[in-house]
Amino acid sequence: MSALHEVFARAHSEGRAALIGYLPAGFPTVEASIEILRAMVANGVDIVEVGLPYSDPLMDGAVIQEAAEIALSNGTTSADVLSVVAGVAATGAPTLVMSYWNPIERFGVEAFAAQLAAAGGVGVITPDLTPEEAGAWIQATDRHAIDRIFLVAPSSTAARIDVVSGVTSGFVYAASTMGVTGMRTSLSGSAAEIVARVRARTNKPICVGVGVSTPEQAAEVAAFADGVIVGSAFVRAVLESGDGAVEAAGSLARDLAAGVRTVRSHTGR
Amino acid sequence: MADDKHFGEYGGRFVPEALMAALDELDAAFQAALIDPEFTKELERLQRTVTGRPSPLTDARRFSEMCGGARILLKREDLNHTGSHKINNVLGQALLTQRMGKKRVIAETGAGQHGVATATAAAMMGLDCTIYMGEEDTRRQALNVVRMRLLGAEVVPVTAGSKTLKDAINEAMRDWVTTVDRTHYLLGTVTGPAPFPRIVRQFQSVIGIEARAQVLELTGRLPDVAMACVGGGSNAIGLFSGFLADESVRLVGCEAGGDGVETGRHAARFSGGAPGVLHGARTYVMQDEWGQTVPSHSISAGLDYPGVGPEHAFLHDSGRATYIPINDDEAMAAFEILCRTEGIIPAIETAHAIAGAMRVGRELGPEGIIVINLSGRGDKDVATAARWFGLADVNEAAEGRG
Repeated sequence: MSALHEVFARAHSEGRAALIGYLPAGFPTVEASIEILRAMVANGVDIVEVGLPYSDPLMDGAVIQEAAEIALSNGTTSADVLSVVAGVAATGAPTLVMSYWNPIERFGVEAFAAQLAAAGGVGVITPDLTPEEAGAWIQATDRHAIDRIFLVAPSSTAARIDVVSGVTSGFVYAASTMGVTGMRTSLSGSAAEIVARVRARTNKPICVGVGVSTPEQAAEVAAFADGVIVGSAFVRAVLESGDGAVEAAGSLARDLAAGVRTVRSHTGR
Repeated sequence: MADDKHFGEYGGRFVPEALMAALDELDAAFQAALIDPEFTKELERLQRTVTGRPSPLTDARRFSEMCGGARILLKREDLNHTGSHKINNVLGQALLTQRMGKKRVIAETGAGQHGVATATAAAMMGLDCTIYMGEEDTRRQALNVVRMRLLGAEVVPVTAGSKTLKDAINEAMRDWVTTVDRTHYLLGTVTGPAPFPRIVRQFQSVIGIEARAQVLELTGRLPDVAMACVGGGSNAIGLFSGFLADESVRLVGCEAGGDGVETGRHAARFSGGAPGVLHGARTYVMQDEWGQTVPSHSISAGLDYPGVGPEHAFLHDSGRATYIPINDDEAMAAFEILCRTEGIIPAIETAHAIAGAMRVGRELGPEGIIVINLSGRGDKDVATAARWFGLADVNEAAEGRG
């Protein structure tokens, strides 16, 4: 059983969903991003997603774009991202990287998988890599026992869901809504619908991201998904809190962790 | 990979899963349109009655003297309605938009020529239209911003990143991910995820088909060289596609050398870039050692882009086409020469191909024949040219100050 599956099994036995928290490496600095991510783990984040800041993040809204620009202007590199992974994985929380494809290809597909594994990372989410283009990546992740996580969206047809859930490992990342990352006042009904459609076609865990930012939304998603992914809300908490970033991110993690533990009638499985 | 989504190892689809269904839908609509005689008939009608096709071929006799005596033939896409080759692709995709039942189009634009063409088609066909344009480009191509607004389009200045074409594409993609059920992304060049590079090539291939026949009719033989400027590369693919099978015809693309490739301030992807992935396709990309896109630079907004169409990457690696960087100053010198010898004010993008012909013509000598795609007219560039040549009074008039 992979590290990710152990987390989902434990959360399931506790009658809750797993909480997945995202922050770009190097935001606001490399050292601070490690400290903030560790505080998120200490306050209830089960799985960590370390963002690899990229110059052209076309899946991301304004908040994460700003964080990526700050990280890049600080000189954050892919090597720094791996050091952040190592710093966070030392907590024992399964640690993933979220990266657009070009930085991985440039690093070297094989080298990235190998060095991520060496740093203690357990998987990679690739929002712009389609399964059709992932041949070399599938081989490299198999070789190094790294989970490769692909996305589905509300627009995904049944055929696309089969393609994605066939190659993804660890979990299926379901985008809650059509659009880019960022906070929304309410979740559309499309989140529950896409999870149900994926659930009907695979036994792999399903985690919901894009647009989940409040404890109430986390509770809502926890009712039907195996994991709840929160990104922009952590980034905004850091952006708005200045010197108090560690406390702000920790506090948000605590509230979201309570959200995914709100008693639910059924787990959907 | 021998399939219809790649060009050798280039191209493909590197996009959020949310867009995959729309790309499949677009591909299906495109394939169906290609075999529908009604579609072809309607597109040809629009090309004839709206664009003004066929565009003429001009024998540039005085300019030839500046090119070592080689005979220079200009394929006059600048005489199309809206002032460039962009309308060829726009009309085709606008018809596809109608066939898909979508009521809104979005587009990126660099120099503004694609934005103007898209706004024009949207007005003709009653479609809502939003154009994304880097803030830097809205300044240097202010005339085209006004044209788009006159035509009823919403122009959104993009302030992220380098504030140029690359960032306009990012923003258009973000819009599309959100609104894809009702919106067609009318991509303006031969970049992006499949099927865009093939769709745009198909609709621009009219340039090469006409040019080949016109050159044969006028000279009785094929040209030695077909030349075009290459930003994303749609006008070049349009011309090149007509001569791909003619092995004797050299295909030469002119990239923006900016301040010089050695300065790092350029947009010469083949001289200063490396294979990578940008905006949905594998191609040559200007990038640093970590795969971060490096901002491009060119005096011409339309060539100021760090990626290039994947078919160009394939033609480059296979050796079928060659690509040469033309610096800002060389392009502007050629710009002025064409104005003075032929009475044609070209777009600054196009001036890069004019400069390339001056180089290659001197190699060929008087026996040579070069066909250049004169891809656009230069009205939009009058203010930039006025600054470059120090025509201060003209500068003020062009910017509406004075």
